[in-house]
Amino acid sequence: MFRAIRGVGTAALGCPAERSSAMNEMSYYKMKMKPLFRRALHCAFLGFAVFAVTGAGDPASRFNQIGHQLMCICGCNEILLECNHVGCPDSDRMRNELMAAIERGDNDSLIQQAFVQKYGPTVLAAPTTAGFDRAAWIMPAVVFILGFGLVVLVVRAWKNRPQPAIADGVQPARGAELDQFREQARQETDV
Amino acid sequence: MATIGSYALLLALALSVYSFVFGLLALVSPGKGSERVGETARRAGVVVFGAVLLAAIALVVAAFRDDFSIAYIFHHSNRDLPAPYKFATLWSGQEGSLLFWSLLLAAYGFVLRLRYKTDPRLFAYASVILAAVQVFFLALVCFAANPFGLIEGPLRADGNGLNPLLQYPEMVIHPPLLYLGYVGFTVPFAFALGALIMKYPGEKWIHITRRWTMVTWGFLTCGIFLGSHWAYSVLGWGGYWGWDPVENASLMPWLVGTAFLHSVMMQEKRGMLKVWNMWLVFATFWLAILGTFLTRSGIISSVHAFAQSSIGTWFAWFLAISFAVFVFFFVKNRQHLRSEHTLESLISRESSFLFNNLLFLLLTLYVLWGTWFPKISELVQGNKVTVGAPFYNRVAIPVALLLILLTAVGPLLAWRKTSFESLKRNFLWPTVGALALAVFVMMTPESWGSIFGLKPWHDISYFYSLMTVFLSALVAFTVASEFYRGGRVISEKTGQGMFASMVQLTHRNTRRYGGYIVHVGVILAMIGFSGAALNQEKEMEMGYGDKMKIGNYELVCRSFTQDDAPNAASEWALIDVYQNGRKIDTLTPERIFYKASRQASTKPHIRSTFKEDLYLVYEGQNDKGQPVIKAHLNPLVIWIWIGAWIMVLGTALALVPNAPAVVRVPAARLVETHAAPVATGD
Repeated sequence: MFRAIRGVGTAALGCPAERSSAMNEMSYYKMKMKPLFRRALHCAFLGFAVFAVTGAGDPASRFNQIGHQLMCICGCNEILLECNHVGCPDSDRMRNELMAAIERGDNDSLIQQAFVQKYGPTVLAAPTTAGFDRAAWIMPAVVFILGFGLVVLVVRAWKNRPQPAIADGVQPARGAELDQFREQARQETDV
Repeated sequence: MATIGSYALLLALALSVYSFVFGLLALVSPGKGSERVGETARRAGVVVFGAVLLAAIALVVAAFRDDFSIAYIFHHSNRDLPAPYKFATLWSGQEGSLLFWSLLLAAYGFVLRLRYKTDPRLFAYASVILAAVQVFFLALVCFAANPFGLIEGPLRADGNGLNPLLQYPEMVIHPPLLYLGYVGFTVPFAFALGALIMKYPGEKWIHITRRWTMVTWGFLTCGIFLGSHWAYSVLGWGGYWGWDPVENASLMPWLVGTAFLHSVMMQEKRGMLKVWNMWLVFATFWLAILGTFLTRSGIISSVHAFAQSSIGTWFAWFLAISFAVFVFFFVKNRQHLRSEHTLESLISRESSFLFNNLLFLLLTLYVLWGTWFPKISELVQGNKVTVGAPFYNRVAIPVALLLILLTAVGPLLAWRKTSFESLKRNFLWPTVGALALAVFVMMTPESWGSIFGLKPWHDISYFYSLMTVFLSALVAFTVASEFYRGGRVISEKTGQGMFASMVQLTHRNTRRYGGYIVHVGVILAMIGFSGAALNQEKEMEMGYGDKMKIGNYELVCRSFTQDDAPNAASEWALIDVYQNGRKIDTLTPERIFYKASRQASTKPHIRSTFKEDLYLVYEGQNDKGQPVIKAHLNPLVIWIWIGAWIMVLGTALALVPNAPAVVRVPAARLVETHAAPVATGD
């Protein structure tokens, strides 16, 4: 991804001199950014670690968290903790089982496995990350990467396309001159 | 009534077939007399509306006359059903809703065929395509899902009644609006396919299509949000969106339709993306039909789904045929859609639209994948899995956040190229303002309630909520700066006040500024969604005087009692709401037992404020006969509904024609001339 974006940047540069000075500048920034980048990565990792562990041990928040990852099995298609239809034969019992498991000290994975064994795989509100279920999670990531890659390639291809030829004797405005005309046009047609 | 209705439907079908066949003949064999044949086909198409309307009226009259000899009326109505719900019987079941679908399609066709003078040939093509779709739906209601089928066995004294969940005022308007949206996407598709078949020269068809798409998009937006509000107000689970397959089915065409409304600007301004736009229009129509297929076939289990029936096969064939027809003409005439795509800069309006379309398409694919994955899993590994809210939240929220970022950035980028100076000028202060607001929300004490004191390191959902607040603020500030800068220029030129200048600015380019208003609506709705991360709930058995505390509220059970009405019996509790020791309200959550259908339903009572909703549900009774009350505290929900209204308002505004700019010419005698609008930079 980074490589593709950098590619767009260098391809956009005009003459070889401009290109080599830009490359030197880039490698300078690259060297300078390395420790900074590493530090930023550390901070991001620590940040996510904090996200992951904060509040994880509290029984009430665990009940809330796991309860929202399970479905009521009565056929209402509701998340366990959101099922409230009148006279539901299952949700109260399932909630009690969940609370009992948390009080016993079972970990999240064990609780989920116990529910799957008892009620079947549809009791989980989202696919697991094992077996074929993994495909459910992989596909969005793959499509995201492919989609972005494709758009970047398209933008790059369109950007590198030669401009249409202009009639003899007409000098097209370029660079700063063109920007100046554009700015003027924008100011005059902004409203 | 059954006889009148059945004959009216058969007549409508015959007229539709005539309109399709002879309309097609007139187009494919132009010559002497073909114009007259085409005209008769157009007129037949106009009359179809009258025939389907007659059938729909016959069904509604049958409901009001309690004609339980008609099976549909027996299954979906009863004698004591209030009048508005008897009217809603028309779309309450499978057969009736298909008739209603046909009626709306005929109504759209009626309008389209009356406006044929705009471009007779293009409209003739669109009319034929519309007639083909109409034939399918009318054949369906005549032969596979007839709403006028008679009941077998002895005549019953009373009907089964309407589903309790549908006995709510919004159900009288939610389905019609949603269907207007679904059905309406047939019209842009008809124009697009017509333009493709006839190799329509120029971009006029895209202007016509865009307006129809905006109208349809507005209806679908209304329908989706009304559906959410209905779910929130009736189902009693405290939420408004459950990622149910049927909800997803309405979201998919909306997402692709939104992508089209953005990318169509590329075609209008730069002549780019012609092929892409053609596919987007087709995908929107196709996904609307796919949604109907999902709802009707019973192929995917859903709380909304109609009973499983054979009409799923009809829809599958229709989807396949429409896909084949479109692909055939696309392959045949794709040369006509060729355009030169050139970009000057990565930082331009064009590339922002490309990324905008990518994100909308990604969201659509995620929703489609999640909706179908249980079925795919069943086919591959033999067992179903559930794909619920945790999946969609994880995959869709990051993409939605990127989309809000583009909503902030995109409109301020110039076509072709944006200079660094311009970026700095346009984004510096909005970014500073949005950051300041996000920091303020983060630093305020949690005791303020709602989203105040949101610490992103506590939970990933809090992080998403804070990002939503930040990005939404960025959108709000950039939109405000656009209005301010435009208004200031007009104010300087005309000497008007700022507000009047902004109004004039909007009127001069309604599409652009209407679009900005839609964006404001979207971010308000997003802020409303972000509150879900801080939802709280509590449940308690409440006897007389029992107290429950949730958030800053104290709930005291004053009383509980029962009531009886002809259509339903109910139990309800009287709950006094206190805040800071002061009584501020009394809420009455209810449980209703509908006599005809012998089904019970809860009716929550909601106290809405700009900060949060207090949402009480009467869950049932304990052994001692005391009510079990569930309380939800849902922050910022009201902003979802406000945002939806603003989106609809913005769409309506964008449909208003631009006002011509008044140019004052200095001369001996003051002369006023009208010039074309200059603000066309959208």
